[in-house]
Amino acid sequence: MAASVVVVGAGLGGLRAAESLRAAGFEGAITVVGDEPSMPYNRPPLSKEALSAGVHVAELEFRRKPSVADVNWQLGSQVISSDLAARTLTLADGTQLAFDGLVIASGIRPRRLPIPGPETGRHVLRTAHDAMNVRNYLTPGRSAVIMGAGFIGCEVAATARGLGSEVHVVALDEQPMIRPLGAELGLGMRSRHLKHGVDFHLGRTVREFLGGDHVTSVLLDDGTELPASVVIEAVGSVCNVEWLQGNGLDLTDGVLVDQGMVVHSEIPIVAVGDVARHPNSLFGNIPRRIEHWNMPTETGRRAGASLAALLRGEQPDQGPFSAMPAFWSDQYAYKLQSFGMPGIATSIQIVDGSADDACIVEYCDDTGLVGVVGVDRTAELAPYRKQLLDR
Amino acid sequence: MVIITVDMEKCQNYGQCCFEADDVFALNGDGQLEYVKEADESRRADIESAADICPMQAITVDKK
Repeated sequence: MAASVVVVGAGLGGLRAAESLRAAGFEGAITVVGDEPSMPYNRPPLSKEALSAGVHVAELEFRRKPSVADVNWQLGSQVISSDLAARTLTLADGTQLAFDGLVIASGIRPRRLPIPGPETGRHVLRTAHDAMNVRNYLTPGRSAVIMGAGFIGCEVAATARGLGSEVHVVALDEQPMIRPLGAELGLGMRSRHLKHGVDFHLGRTVREFLGGDHVTSVLLDDGTELPASVVIEAVGSVCNVEWLQGNGLDLTDGVLVDQGMVVHSEIPIVAVGDVARHPNSLFGNIPRRIEHWNMPTETGRRAGASLAALLRGEQPDQGPFSAMPAFWSDQYAYKLQSFGMPGIATSIQIVDGSADDACIVEYCDDTGLVGVVGVDRTAELAPYRKQLLDR
Repeated sequence: MVIITVDMEKCQNYGQCCFEADDVFALNGDGQLEYVKEADESRRADIESAADICPMQAITVDKK
């Protein structure tokens, strides 16, 4: 009987891994298990245009290649545990699912902080369902308190201002997006948000949510009380790896894989996307999780090819993994784009323009250029990308 | 032939497609995307990669 593969996670990484298995000649059955009710869809618009214009998940669905038309999509279903040596998974409803090969594409979920006060009115933004819930609150005259000043927090702040809401951003960081962008460009982005009327409370944490059944205000650690029709919590992520516990895998930060995205070669298992802690030869082969949008596609391609090889009893491609991490962000009319890993830099220099206007910023460590960010300078980043590829 | 369509209302000129298939997609001097609408079948894999990696998912790849 032909081998079968189960893909745990029906996001972009799961889809790309399934397509890549087919492209690599795997002809056995593929089952994709996803906890959301939807086919794989594009998440970045959920904090931007879809949040602004209305969330229609069918319009966000990825086009699927004809090669995966025969995939069995088991949606609205969660894997809760696994016995990898026995090659079985257990679903929330108790059913068991057997596999010959496994793709771990279970991704991440928003981190929640244990803060006292009412729960109703507290929201995260990861799924289309989350975005629909948040959207209802973002109307003129209402106040949104956003916890976290990373990309999601800042994108939601910009969208909420566009919809006429009063917006407060509360974060412990010194500047918005400071970890990926650095302090100077972070300050530049802050000045853009200030111009659009966002109220920042940096260096602050939330002590308590106030209200009856529903949050009506947020109390900060310095005693400031902010009115809140809705709280949006964008304070980082947690890996969905609980279902893999008890199998002796390294789950310290996602799932550790090799350059072929292989978790285990005797039991053919690969991991992809946000949850895969993978080496990248462009950046010293130090295993890292990279939560950028292009990585599920890049790691999915490689993982599908590796798994197809393992299931044929062959050695996967041992060549280096050297996909270029890339991210972009739209906030108001400003467009940020990045290549490489600006977050690991030890020195940062604005090489053209200024932080509060169109600019190009170089990020270096002791090995040289490790990343570049452009604001409204997209077309000029190609030479920097090439320099990063030639590292 | 590979038939390429870009939804120019979705396209935000991020130029990711250009790195996958630079004979098909390019940003012009004003930073706006320009592309050829037909390409040889031998270019399909790269063009599909460009469609996969488009942040706005604005590229459609068909067959003639």
